[in-house]
Amino acid sequence: MSTSNSAPSGAHALAPRSDFPLLAAQPGLVYLDSAATSQKPRMVLDALTAYYTTHNANPHRGAYTLAANATQAYHDARRRLAEFIGVADTDTVIFTRGATESLNLVSAAWGRANVHAGDNIVVTRMEHHANFVPWQQLALTTGAEFRICELDAAGGIDLALLATLVDSRTKVVAFGQVSNALGTINPVTEMVRIARAAGTALVVCDGAQAVPHLRVNIDALGVDAYVFSGHKMGGPMGSGALVMRRALLETMSPYHFGGDMIEWVHDDTSTWNLLPHKFEAGTPNVEAAVGLAAACDYLDALGMDAVRAHEVALTAAAMQALTAIPGVTLYGTADAAGRSGVVSFSVADVHPHDIATALDVDGVCVRAGHHCAQPLMRALGAHSTVRASFWVYSTADDVTRLVAGVRAAQRRFADG
Amino acid sequence: MADDAALDALYQEIILDHNRRPRNFRELPDATCSADGKNPNCGDALTIWLRFDGERVSDISFQGVGCAISKASASLMTLAIKGRTRSEAALIFEKVHNLVTGTALDAATAKELGALRALGGVSKFPMRVKCASLAWHALKSAMDVSESVVAVQTGAPTPA
Repeated sequence: MSTSNSAPSGAHALAPRSDFPLLAAQPGLVYLDSAATSQKPRMVLDALTAYYTTHNANPHRGAYTLAANATQAYHDARRRLAEFIGVADTDTVIFTRGATESLNLVSAAWGRANVHAGDNIVVTRMEHHANFVPWQQLALTTGAEFRICELDAAGGIDLALLATLVDSRTKVVAFGQVSNALGTINPVTEMVRIARAAGTALVVCDGAQAVPHLRVNIDALGVDAYVFSGHKMGGPMGSGALVMRRALLETMSPYHFGGDMIEWVHDDTSTWNLLPHKFEAGTPNVEAAVGLAAACDYLDALGMDAVRAHEVALTAAAMQALTAIPGVTLYGTADAAGRSGVVSFSVADVHPHDIATALDVDGVCVRAGHHCAQPLMRALGAHSTVRASFWVYSTADDVTRLVAGVRAAQRRFADG
Repeated sequence: MADDAALDALYQEIILDHNRRPRNFRELPDATCSADGKNPNCGDALTIWLRFDGERVSDISFQGVGCAISKASASLMTLAIKGRTRSEAALIFEKVHNLVTGTALDAATAKELGALRALGGVSKFPMRVKCASLAWHALKSAMDVSESVVAVQTGAPTPA
């Protein structure tokens, strides 16, 4: 115990619990499933209400002032988001329902036009199903070869293997910046270099687990497409974006057809609107965009470097405390600084779902299962794991409650 | 949220015992039929084997991986079903289904279910009902299509 008046890093929440109405209303709740979805700051909820109570109209359509205000709110949200994620060309930020829809958009609109029999697609063993299945299915429908880059002995992506998998016929290299199941932060710069060295593949990065936890500058990453979800970073469910190189977006066919995405509709053909509208058919989800922009404001006020430091401290504390429990196995890198705020583990002779149910009764919310990463779980030799994940409201006390709950569950299931 | 008493009722000693030492946990080489039960949401997967002597289940066994609830449920099921006729097994299936989904049982049914009543603890845990019912759905599938190997899945909640 420190005798000074400065608490150990991570002891207190970075963000006060009172910022989050759900957590404030349930003081006993220990929410350790932020990698699945984050709780929402009051600032975001207020932004949603403010939009509907002051600006609501259908953007891009009305000639009246209210519609112009709604249009402005939507465009301002896009600019705010672009600034937060380090994208200079705002109109290359396409609003979507989240990372999953963004990946399906790229796979369908770019992939079907550019991937053919004899080509290959490279993904990694670590991917979330959202960055695995669309590419697997694209390979199946086009006759392309589907290649999976395995993990190395340390549990990271095998970069030497990656270099051998990518060749002149590789059309897509898709990987996550941060593993949702393990929290592992992947060496994106090095992976982009490897992907570029061998040919002309489209480099796709899934940032769903990165943007809420790390300072991300998409322009600096040098990828061709980057996707993420708003609901994991304090924004509303159904918010998110695809960021893609302008030259690619301009040559791609639309993903969905309808209002807003068209320029002229003739009897026998149509032409398409400019970016970003070409890929945003129908009445846009202005609420989601406005809420996501408010989440960016909230995170910037906390400071992404402070968010990162807070999560590393909690992750290190959780890893240390869980490792000290006999029978507990941790998955992923042993280096807390190499992770986002995720700790994935199993307990000998106690199934993860039984751990999760016992923890739930103590008010501790964790995820148990395969974390939408079945190919990874097969490689780990685990049917499922328990995953605790942290965010800005998490505290050292949350870690204490988690560890006490795991020990209690162990005693309950102990033989004899 | 369920409380400690509900947790104790879920993980009764008989459940913990059958989880640690599942009964009839083996393959049945001369099975008449078998079925796989899978819950993709949590990775639970088990196979059950049945051998019929006419209309009567002369032997039943299971193997697989799963949580305490799904393993104990399968284990208790093998004890309850062995020696029963096809129609008796179907009736027990219905009663267990009612039990785990929280339907109140009359005294006669409760008595008839015997040890299986321990499975009633899941009714307070909606997310775990599928764990208790996995083996039973596999049993039903095996009996419904008793000449072929079939696969069943317990769905909700939908896996991501």
